[in-house]
Amino acid sequence: MSFLTLSLSLIFVLIPLALSKTLKLGLEKDTLIATIRSIIQLVAVGYILTFVFESESFLFIILMVALMIGAATHNAQKKGASIKGIVWKLILTFVFIELLTQGILLGFHITPATAQYIIPISGMVVGNSMVLSILFLNRFTAEFQSQKKETELLLSLGGTPKQAIHLPLIHSIKASLIPTIESQKTIGLVQLPGMMSGQIIAGADPIQAVQFQLLILFLLLTTAAVTSIMLGFLSYPSLFNERMQMLKIKTEAED
Amino acid sequence: MQQANKQNGRAAMGLNHVSYADDDLDIIKDVSGFLPEGKITTFVGPSGAGKTTIFRLLNGLISPTQGDIHLFGENIQTMEPTALRRTVGIALQDATMLRGTVYKNLAMPKTLQNQALEQDEAKHLLTQVGLDASFLNRDVTDLSGGQRQKISIARTLVNRPKVLLLDEITSSLDRISTSEVEHLIQHVNKEFSVTIAWITHNLDQALHIGDYTWVMMNGELIESGSTDILKNPVNPQVQEFIKGEG
Repeated sequence: MSFLTLSLSLIFVLIPLALSKTLKLGLEKDTLIATIRSIIQLVAVGYILTFVFESESFLFIILMVALMIGAATHNAQKKGASIKGIVWKLILTFVFIELLTQGILLGFHITPATAQYIIPISGMVVGNSMVLSILFLNRFTAEFQSQKKETELLLSLGGTPKQAIHLPLIHSIKASLIPTIESQKTIGLVQLPGMMSGQIIAGADPIQAVQFQLLILFLLLTTAAVTSIMLGFLSYPSLFNERMQMLKIKTEAED
Repeated sequence: MQQANKQNGRAAMGLNHVSYADDDLDIIKDVSGFLPEGKITTFVGPSGAGKTTIFRLLNGLISPTQGDIHLFGENIQTMEPTALRRTVGIALQDATMLRGTVYKNLAMPKTLQNQALEQDEAKHLLTQVGLDASFLNRDVTDLSGGQRQKISIARTLVNRPKVLLLDEITSSLDRISTSEVEHLIQHVNKEFSVTIAWITHNLDQALHIGDYTWVMMNGELIESGSTDILKNPVNPQVQEFIKGEG
């Protein structure tokens, strides 16, 4: 694709801009910012990836992954700000997910140990893990608030924090996993996944593109389950003190 | 304070200069008092006086910001929280139920200890609180407020507490049910020597069921002693409160 044809694709930005202006939606500024940011961010990533691929250095791969984890943590921690030490809990979760998935992929020689594979797959894994963390933390803090009485009842009857928080925790883990499982049920029927579409457009064999997409889908299932469960079990002790008393947490609604 | 006095015997629980603040708001202010062992102590006072907060402190759901609380002479802060809460049972006014059947609710104290509650024991508990054994498999959503309150009391009794804290447990019950629950609590108190603390807004109830009483206002213990203090109050604030309630 030449730069001329790429610049023609800006027509797809002009359409929503024109619609927003005509219907007075007031979204012109946000649309423009989003367009400019995506151009700058993606072009920068393109150059960085070219540099990293050419350098063939593991240090740069690690730096790239660390950058992804840092950005994902920064984004997700806002939703769990009421949970003490959420930043470290998120970092630990993302690092564990990354090590687990790359360990399996590289250990079993499913994918080659090159930047070309490690970085995009890490991006998908950490990105998915971040979305799952946000979904989980949102739900968990809401469940904790709405089931305060039940949780305190179980504590008052002699239950431990783990027993008292069991139901809200399980509900939150399940609720955060449902979108991943549901979207996988209709994949290929309703929408073609982005990565697979990209490979097909770039000229890859559709069957090979499907094989890679399946690998990613299965990977994301593990990512989703491990993220919610790990973050859940790391987070719930922060909601109680050493006397097994519930701590007050500040929810988004109270901010 | 834990020594109590000769007339009222030993203290089951004692509070020593206890204060509690939440978000810099003083809820309990320098309270010292005790629950005489094996007696029924009623807690009276206007809403917002801090009575429920005292119960939550005694059950260990919250800790004092100042002062200490003793259970049979042992500082509760040094006790294992789960053991404390099984020894000092609490039934709260809202009678929160866990989703599921009556049996699931009754069995919960045992479930939390990885034990099972025998069906016969569960049925016996139900009859003790004046409910038919057929209630066992009912869903809690089908229960009336009064029935929930009775289940809540029965559930607290499963742990066989030595001290039982009852927060306005008869406020949603009719006259007959109130009388049944009062008899049950008196039976539990006499038969098993369980020390009872009972928050009530009904002064007649406080007079006929209680041996000892605490009058609380604005987070302070204004007066405590034999229930007779409600008949002939010395403190002007208590006099005013009783006049208002009467």
